[in-house]
Amino acid sequence: MNWEYAPAPESRAIANLKPNYQMFVDGQFVDGGGEPLKSINPATEEVLAEVATANAEDVDRAVKAARRAYDKVWGKMPGAERAKYIFRIARMIAERSRELAVLESLDNGKPIKESRDSDVPIAAAHFFYHAGWADKLDYAGYGPDPKPLGVAGQVIPWNFPLLMAAWKLAPALACGNTVVLKPAETTPLTALVLAEIIRDADLPPGVVNILPGAGDVGATLTTHPGIDKVAFTGSTEVGKLIQRSLAGTGRKLTLELGGKAANIVFDDAPLDQAVEGIVNGIFFNQGHVCCAGSRLLVQESVADEVLEKLRHRVSTLRVGDPLDKNTDVGAINSAEQLAKIRELSASGEEEGAERWTSPCPLPDKGFFFAPTVFSQVSQSMRIAREEIFGPVLSVLTFRTPDEAVAKANNTPYGLSAGIWTDKGSRILWMANKMRAGVVWANTFNRFDPTAPFGGYQESGFGREGGRAGLEAYLDV
Amino acid sequence: MSDRLAVAKTYKLYLGGKFPRSESGRTYQVRDSRGTFLANAAQASRKDVRDAVVAARKAFGGWSGATAYNRGQVLYRVAELLEGRREQFIAEVAASEGGQAKRAQAVVDAAIDRWVWYAGWTDKIATVLGAANPVAGPYFSFSVPEPTGVVGICAPQSSSLLGLVSVLAPVIASGNTAVLLTSQDRPLPAITLSEVLATSDVPGGVVNILTGRTAELAPWLAAHADVNALDLTGAPKDTIADLEEAAAGTVKRVLAVRGNEPDWTKQPDVSRLRRFLETKTVWHPMGV
Repeated sequence: MNWEYAPAPESRAIANLKPNYQMFVDGQFVDGGGEPLKSINPATEEVLAEVATANAEDVDRAVKAARRAYDKVWGKMPGAERAKYIFRIARMIAERSRELAVLESLDNGKPIKESRDSDVPIAAAHFFYHAGWADKLDYAGYGPDPKPLGVAGQVIPWNFPLLMAAWKLAPALACGNTVVLKPAETTPLTALVLAEIIRDADLPPGVVNILPGAGDVGATLTTHPGIDKVAFTGSTEVGKLIQRSLAGTGRKLTLELGGKAANIVFDDAPLDQAVEGIVNGIFFNQGHVCCAGSRLLVQESVADEVLEKLRHRVSTLRVGDPLDKNTDVGAINSAEQLAKIRELSASGEEEGAERWTSPCPLPDKGFFFAPTVFSQVSQSMRIAREEIFGPVLSVLTFRTPDEAVAKANNTPYGLSAGIWTDKGSRILWMANKMRAGVVWANTFNRFDPTAPFGGYQESGFGREGGRAGLEAYLDV
Repeated sequence: MSDRLAVAKTYKLYLGGKFPRSESGRTYQVRDSRGTFLANAAQASRKDVRDAVVAARKAFGGWSGATAYNRGQVLYRVAELLEGRREQFIAEVAASEGGQAKRAQAVVDAAIDRWVWYAGWTDKIATVLGAANPVAGPYFSFSVPEPTGVVGICAPQSSSLLGLVSVLAPVIASGNTAVLLTSQDRPLPAITLSEVLATSDVPGGVVNILTGRTAELAPWLAAHADVNALDLTGAPKDTIADLEEAAAGTVKRVLAVRGNEPDWTKQPDVSRLRRFLETKTVWHPMGV
């Protein structure tokens, strides 16, 4: 019998890729006043499609459309009616899930097994969950009859393009707000298919407007005087700029920013299981995850054993064609991001960390980076402090639980943390000590619309998901 | 009538559980609502602000780690002590804010009752704001509110006691520690509160109280990297934008009150508690 590897690619045709995509404003697909951008497939560097972008007048037009829709229709619509629209969107995402998954993998570079099993189903789940809130806001704990804010300006990143759109749109709409959303420059396509779904669901024109573009469009949107609320997911650097630009405006702001999560492995942890969790924590989505477990803290007594098992496991990860159902690690989203990952990895070597890179084969073209593990990392190194946002793990060690806590919390971020141990009381003690918004114990990278997600400190403020997430879109 | 000369009091800062003068050596005159001299108060400096932040950070682990029941008891005990100083507070509120004695009495009573109200919240916040998350998978997931950390407070300028209590109590009830800038021109009730706190079971450093020029001190608080959140209720209106801009440097949570000072006699809701809380979500697999 021949056990050689055979590719199992998903068909690219399923994506229904079009040569041109337009912006979605006031219920219509229209051309933009900005220079059209070319969205490329990061796995092949080929142009996928040309996409219209907004200029300042387009932003203004979209904000005005959102305001009209808020004043005339959406803001005063009974919650039960809003709910039905949002349920429709959830169902239609599920119906077009295969198309969305393939398109997402093409545009973003993430493996099809992730877009198919995580991004798209969780996006649908977010709409489904929040739809049910629309007529139950009285029970959300913010007092009787909480009011929406008005028009929300939302800016989302490129790492989970459709999912982030869902995280932003679903609670905003459920609470009765209208939205102008800017998808990321390098990954606008699935948000524009979502716009088709929103149109097909018969949402009143102007309730949702989607404007592709670069950072300048985001800045124009978030500082537009017609906006009542700003929600941003992205880097801490840009988050600070936005918070600064909104100073004194009284506009409600929520930020979901960067992270440098500690994934802490104790000597009593089931190590094989922990290794799977470490791999999932840092190599899921090529490490393009704000809550990635990018700092492995391993107890000294098992450090060698964990590292050996980890290297062995990581060397089996298949890096390559995102559309291949066997692919574990896909393409880095852009040349710019790849350069950043390379630069930070080089700094790790320069600062004296020991670099190990998976010997896996890499495709000849496209933006790929082999999974990399740095050991002998100290806390002062850049690779232990800065968010790499790529498939690069920094390994540090500790001796006592107190030392693990001190090292884990030694960061201005505070988005997530992981704990691996067999001891229940230690899990709860550690979870309590972590200054982070999400703590995964004996698991990692779990997301659910019912479970609030968001950061402490410089990882941002506000929550997405659960009852806590509604606060971001209510005037409370 | 006695012809005895009263012992005049030296008013100081309250920092890390102690009563130092400002390291700057500066003082400023506090006058009553009619302009009559009341006292010299310490005029805190940038260094005092930084020392206060250090004290607040040092106290955070113990205070946030105390059981909610313990925090509730400690804060209720503060109310008992406030009650014992009722006459002094009435005199100081009347002197600071003017108006009739009856009004000052009502303000002090409301302030003590407000403190009791927040003391009772400590062990209910997690029940009301936390959640068991019904996630779609074999995991147990729960969310709990946790204190944000060190909170810098600009106390209200007008309401020298009721407003002060209404901003301070919700911050510390949930386990935060505080660096509080008092009302600039009406600091005496805050100074007396610091004496109450010092003789209560609230650990030193949990509340640090600085008198001085709000517009001079607030920017240092707003820009300090070890302050996690700001309550700008009493910040001068024309400085709020600058303070918010400085706060963005370390992504601080900011509560700014635009427009007039709130009506503190209104029964509060949980919103001030919520503003200085983080939500932590914990996941664990379920299985055999």
